[in-house]
Amino acid sequence: MSQMKVTLRVWRQAGPKAKGDFKNYDVVTDSDTSFLETLDILNEQLVENREEPIAFDSDCREGICGMCSLYINGHPHGPATGATTCQLYMRRFKDGETITVEPWRSAAFPVIKDLIVDRNAFDKIQQAGGYVSFNCGGAQDANNLPISKEAADMAMDSATCIGCGACVAACKNGSAMLFVSAKVSQFALLPQGQVERARRARKMVAKMDELGFGNCTNTGACAAECPKNISLSNIARLNREFIKAKFAE
Amino acid sequence: MELIKTANGLEIPAADSKIPEGPVAEKWTNYKDHQKLVNPANKRKLSVIVVGTGLAGASAASTLAEMGFNVLNFCIQDSPRRAHSIAAQGGINAAKNYQNDGDSVYRLFYDTVKGGDYRAREANVYRLAEVANNIIDQCVAQGVPFAREYGGLLANRSFGGAQVSRTFYAKGQTGQQLLLGAYSSLNRQIELGKVKSFNRYEMHDVVMVDGRARGIIAKNLVTGEFERFAAHAVVLATGGYGNTYFLSTNAMSCNCSAAVAAYRKGAYFANPAFVQIHPTCIPVHGDKQSKLTLMSESLRNDGRIWVPKNIDDAKKLQAGEIKGSDIPEEDRDYYLERRYPAFGNLVPRDVASRAAKERCDKGYGVNNTGLAVFLDFSEAINRLGLDTVRQRYGNLFDMYEEITDVNPGELGKELNGVKYYNPMMIFPAIHYTMGGLWVDYELQTSLKGLFAIGECNFSDHGANRLGASALMQGLADGYFVLPYTIQNYLSDQISVPCPSTSLPEFDAAEKACREYQAQLLSINGKRSVDSIHKELGHVMWEYVGMARTKESLETALAKLKEIRKSFEYDLYVPGTAEGYNNELDKAFRLRDFITMGELIAYDALNRNESCGGHFREEYQTEEGEAKRDDENFFYVSCWDYQGSDEKAPELIKEPLHYEAIKVQTRNYKS
Repeated sequence: MSQMKVTLRVWRQAGPKAKGDFKNYDVVTDSDTSFLETLDILNEQLVENREEPIAFDSDCREGICGMCSLYINGHPHGPATGATTCQLYMRRFKDGETITVEPWRSAAFPVIKDLIVDRNAFDKIQQAGGYVSFNCGGAQDANNLPISKEAADMAMDSATCIGCGACVAACKNGSAMLFVSAKVSQFALLPQGQVERARRARKMVAKMDELGFGNCTNTGACAAECPKNISLSNIARLNREFIKAKFAE
Repeated sequence: MELIKTANGLEIPAADSKIPEGPVAEKWTNYKDHQKLVNPANKRKLSVIVVGTGLAGASAASTLAEMGFNVLNFCIQDSPRRAHSIAAQGGINAAKNYQNDGDSVYRLFYDTVKGGDYRAREANVYRLAEVANNIIDQCVAQGVPFAREYGGLLANRSFGGAQVSRTFYAKGQTGQQLLLGAYSSLNRQIELGKVKSFNRYEMHDVVMVDGRARGIIAKNLVTGEFERFAAHAVVLATGGYGNTYFLSTNAMSCNCSAAVAAYRKGAYFANPAFVQIHPTCIPVHGDKQSKLTLMSESLRNDGRIWVPKNIDDAKKLQAGEIKGSDIPEEDRDYYLERRYPAFGNLVPRDVASRAAKERCDKGYGVNNTGLAVFLDFSEAINRLGLDTVRQRYGNLFDMYEEITDVNPGELGKELNGVKYYNPMMIFPAIHYTMGGLWVDYELQTSLKGLFAIGECNFSDHGANRLGASALMQGLADGYFVLPYTIQNYLSDQISVPCPSTSLPEFDAAEKACREYQAQLLSINGKRSVDSIHKELGHVMWEYVGMARTKESLETALAKLKEIRKSFEYDLYVPGTAEGYNNELDKAFRLRDFITMGELIAYDALNRNESCGGHFREEYQTEEGEAKRDDENFFYVSCWDYQGSDEKAPELIKEPLHYEAIKVQTRNYKS
């Protein structure tokens, strides 16, 4: 463990309509402390100085809830790959470094305050069709329907999406294709998802377009920055599913 | 009604658990056959508030809506999908007996009661074991991608406290997949207009009208406004109180304020002393840490826990002169395998945690603080190959490396032809709370119309919860129990219109919230919320943690009084009441954590025995095992609020009745 001094260049914005700006803060931390804990230290400092702490989202702090965000030095969830901001440790940075911290920037994710954005649009896309229409109570025995290990594993890989929004933040077009394709893929790969397969692809894509997300130009920044390594092949599958659904209409 | 003699000789009514008649295996069927139902046309007229969107909350909200009730559903995060159930790693239990290893509903029931050290309510646990199979069916039908064998059928693994493989899993992310399943059902009901979803809202009070829970006051965390919501019944699915200890495996926003608000309104709080300390967490490394990270219990399927046999080796490890992989097999003490041959590394959590503490107290700890033991995969990697081990636990290995900079799959040393891989370092940490709001068999609290489900209630895990049983209980309550039992309450409400939020009771509750908020903002002292919370956590861990004594608990109560004073007179909350103000919201929660801390200490002080997660040093066997006192403490402690946080709560007992299981000393040795 070694002590570190870093300068955090943080986006401050009082509210959704307010004009924001960067502000610099010096913090002493150490290599074994996480990035968010360093923000905690800074906030304690600010409270001590009677200043308003920096508003940022985080919850589980173990990389699974998808609550934390932050665009750090030009990367969603910072420089580490396959990890969320809350899993980022200061040993990834250099002593004396200036670290730029911004919120997700996307028309579909308006800033609420400082580094917090509103990701409600993601819920709305899921509500449009991200489910199997099935009421509790009527299920058959779980082993009555064998599913190949390959299909189950692939569905699981798609289902690990944590809905953090890094893909949208990484995309120059602000597209939500990786997010939508992960859910569409999970169900397209499983027998349970077949009945509503076409309807789901149509409805989720329509909702995504309606909510102001951009178009996909297959740049691949989303998959490169995804903290859960959701593969770009999901987008290919979504495109297939969507076109098939359109023809079936 | 059963009467209980109190200390001063008064006879008071025992808490009535409303357990149905009949043999334990028939109680739930009997109940369902005879309970009152609400017909479909009337369901449309009734509304239910569900606070929380974890496994219990999301499953209850979606199922109630599927049945036709109107549901208002609240979550503290920005989306229902982020509730802390998402972080559960290992799995979910069910007695499917797919592995043909002799499992049955009775065995799951028995293991759970025994694992809980005979302090759970027998009838509730049987029902839990009974509906567990339906949960797996339900989740598979939702498209939850459980792990499967090559033949396409579901895979299982083993968890602590069981000798069968009954745990279903989805990699190390079972909680995530189950929660996303419940979230998908919830989304369908939101789209259909049957559930109204409120994100970034926090419940502040439950509103009682004519002796019934009729609504809540919730704060919109974005605008800072207190808002009123009315319904025919209120369901709390707000999780446990682990964050009382500041450092725990709980998420940052996990808090006990909703439960404490209900407690202040008169809902009994049951068995608060039963707190689970999970044996396999990444050890504390400094004072800036905000939380502790769990390493799944599933690791104990293949990982072996050990410390050095020789104290000199331990000292060298503590000084950083040698590494775990430098110590050869013959100098390792696999103390769980040594002490508990029958269950080995898969003893229940309370037993494993205490055994780790015992070794560290004796000086055998393996890191610089002396508060860590090894979890070693060398044997598994040598047996199965690194690829297979990584397939099973790869994401946990990566998570561990990200935090500690050590890769458990990396070869450390080869000694005498044996390959030793870097072990993980682990130590027990606060993880789950078995105690919670007291509920009867119908999951109704002692307040009419107020229900509590999931970790928020107390009933199924006794003094210790087994691994992979939290997911089971949350989903059992939400999918299969509450949606039935709440109808027994709602059936006589069909002609009652939904109460108006302009009633004086709502006025008063909202006014009290506003006034308390103004008070918090006006203290203008010197200390931040976190600084006081850390102090609270330190006192709780030191004096009300893994080993408690009468003296330590009395010390804790005295110190908690001081902490409350610091909070009331020396707190500083920046900002204003308008808009997003996380420091203000944390201040509200801290007040309730302090009250909760006292409640835990009072209960621990009253319970003059050791059982499950509650270990009183005065009450142990010669071998250091927990020593229960069934003669005097075979009951659920129900604590009744006495009108002020300053006053000690009053104890009401619910005697336990076991019909199917013979109460005996837990044995994991043979």
